Amino acid sequence: MNAAPMVALVGNPNAGKSALFNALTGARQKVGNYPGVTVERKAGRMSLADGRPVELIDLPGTYSLEPASPDERVTRDVVLGRQEGERLPAALVIVVDAGNLDNHLRFALQLIDLDLPIVVALNMIDMAERDGLRIDADRLAAELGVPVVATVAVRKRGIEALKAAIGTLAMESGRRAGGVRTPPPSDLAALQKRARAIARAATHETSGARRRSQQIDAVALHPLFGPLLLAAILFVVFQAVFAWAQAPMDAIDAGFAALGSWVDTHLPPGFVRDLLSQGVIKGVGAVIVFLPQILILFGFILLLEASGYMVRAAFMMDRLMARVGLSGRAFIPLLSSFACAVPGIMATRTIDDPKDRLTTILIAPLTTCSARLPVYTLIIGAFIPARAVLPGIGLQGLVLFALYAAGVAGALVAALILRRTVTRGPSPGFLMEMPRYQLPSVRDLGIGLWTRATIFLKRAGTIILASNVALWVLASYPQAPAGMKQSEYSIAGRIASAIELVVRPIGFNHEIALALPPAMAAREVAVSALATVYAIDADSTDETRTDAALGVRMQASWPLPTALAFLAWFVFAPQCLSTIAVTRRETNGWRWPAFMVAYLFCLAYLAAGATFWLATALGL
Amino acid sequence: MRLDQLPLRRPARVLSIAWGEIGDAAARRLRELGFDEGVTVEAMHAAPFGKDPIACRVGRMTIALRRAQAHAISVETIAA
Repeated sequence: MNAAPMVALVGNPNAGKSALFNALTGARQKVGNYPGVTVERKAGRMSLADGRPVELIDLPGTYSLEPASPDERVTRDVVLGRQEGERLPAALVIVVDAGNLDNHLRFALQLIDLDLPIVVALNMIDMAERDGLRIDADRLAAELGVPVVATVAVRKRGIEALKAAIGTLAMESGRRAGGVRTPPPSDLAALQKRARAIARAATHETSGARRRSQQIDAVALHPLFGPLLLAAILFVVFQAVFAWAQAPMDAIDAGFAALGSWVDTHLPPGFVRDLLSQGVIKGVGAVIVFLPQILILFGFILLLEASGYMVRAAFMMDRLMARVGLSGRAFIPLLSSFACAVPGIMATRTIDDPKDRLTTILIAPLTTCSARLPVYTLIIGAFIPARAVLPGIGLQGLVLFALYAAGVAGALVAALILRRTVTRGPSPGFLMEMPRYQLPSVRDLGIGLWTRATIFLKRAGTIILASNVALWVLASYPQAPAGMKQSEYSIAGRIASAIELVVRPIGFNHEIALALPPAMAAREVAVSALATVYAIDADSTDETRTDAALGVRMQASWPLPTALAFLAWFVFAPQCLSTIAVTRRETNGWRWPAFMVAYLFCLAYLAAGATFWLATALGL
Repeated sequence: MRLDQLPLRRPARVLSIAWGEIGDAAARRLRELGFDEGVTVEAMHAAPFGKDPIACRVGRMTIALRRAQAHAISVETIAA
């Protein structure tokens, strides 16, 4: 039996709950999922002043006990002790924004009516003071009938006092018996009236100081400067993801290459050595190499979210997204998908309309993820001449841009069609609170990044490793007798021969057919798969192969229409196993991932076919 | 006048909200975000493309909503 009492943090969105959770628990956090739903369960251990442990959980922010989304349903069920796999909390910490008591006290009152041990954290008291508000915490405690502690989570102010209050409550609740009172049917209007009256009694407006957020919004949401600022921010994010990440990525690449050759020289030749160096090290290395990009992208997303800018970006983009039946909330997940569809799909959790969210998940793989870049680079380098179309604009760069644009156009068209067919439903609307701007703390960003990195690495260590090893075994066995090509004799080669029958009409050859299944493990594996095919079949002493050498070899054996069709395929090609796995998890079943794979296969096939036939007809 | 017709930076009072014109979920969310008969509301910003959605000041919060949703809210301007 778990002796540590469980205490839940609960409150409105934008009350600074997560920052408070970080301040109370530090980096000792465990992120998981509630059973059966795709709602994140964030738990952490906290030590009281006397050393007793408390399990703290951070519940999703919600405005009331009447849930509008799966996240909000979990919050309600946990505080009522109805959530599967969760104990009834020994106490609640209600987090309220001191600068927005009018609104936040309504939910607090609803929770206080449950009659659980409760302490109210009067958070962001510094910002309220800067806005010219003076809050009387004692008066508030008297009005609410529960203890109130003033805190500034991001500056770690009031944390010890809050811990002490939690300690007292946890001790009390040990002596309590029975469960939670069934919540009375809530009358929002009446609660709101009480909340306003209490807020008015406890708040003294000392000055009509002009609020800083309004001054920032005057620029950030300006009809002209607003979009310019957004474009500039997006440009910096993309620049960072692709340019800053290059050096650490090269270092990781080199590290895994060194590790592989160390294994090659120090282990006796045989199955174990080949499995380790070619299956495990190469396979996992090919995925971990994306960690820098994912961290940089997530760093920016966390920063934009914590600062309050993200909702403004969604606000500005809403109209454009509405044209294809989505809402502004889909903008950020789609943006994330340019680095990797996996975090993008995970980010759709913030979309509360289920149809809106599903559509966003289904089109996320169409935005060109960074893993496709190595494939594009290889083919463009080999087949597209490096000549200038216009001064300063090279043909190669133009083709790359066209591939990205084709992906975006594909995503928008797909959304438009999906919203009129399989995900048909009422327009999701756009109704969101715009939080105040806030300087995020480095600590909170660090904890957020650390959590993301561990989730990503765990996946690289399990599903991706397993699929890579499986693919390697398939490609290496049975070993071809002398005079036969390994790439045709192996199990993978025979599978490829079957695939070739299907993809022959769109101009694909046996080598491409062989590279397609491994590309499902991770897109860039297509490059190493092609390299392996040409290396296995070539003179085996040719160990110094490079992408350039590979390009030359492909140039000699692929007609141009085939190369172009291969590029078109990758714009739409069905996504990698990780994307399929995350889609299954986020949609709770195999139905939608299966649909996604099927429709993307059809799109990719048609696009590659059309490219091949057109290019052939033009005599390229 | 409806909220979607209210000029920017003109404080107004909410007269009534046609709860039936918007969905149940949106109606509840509007209430939760502080929209109610009698509160003061001020349209602060319109989004750059097509001037939709709009951002309104309600109480101490800034709420973004689409014009179609704002249309359900009747307001009258008050002296600043």
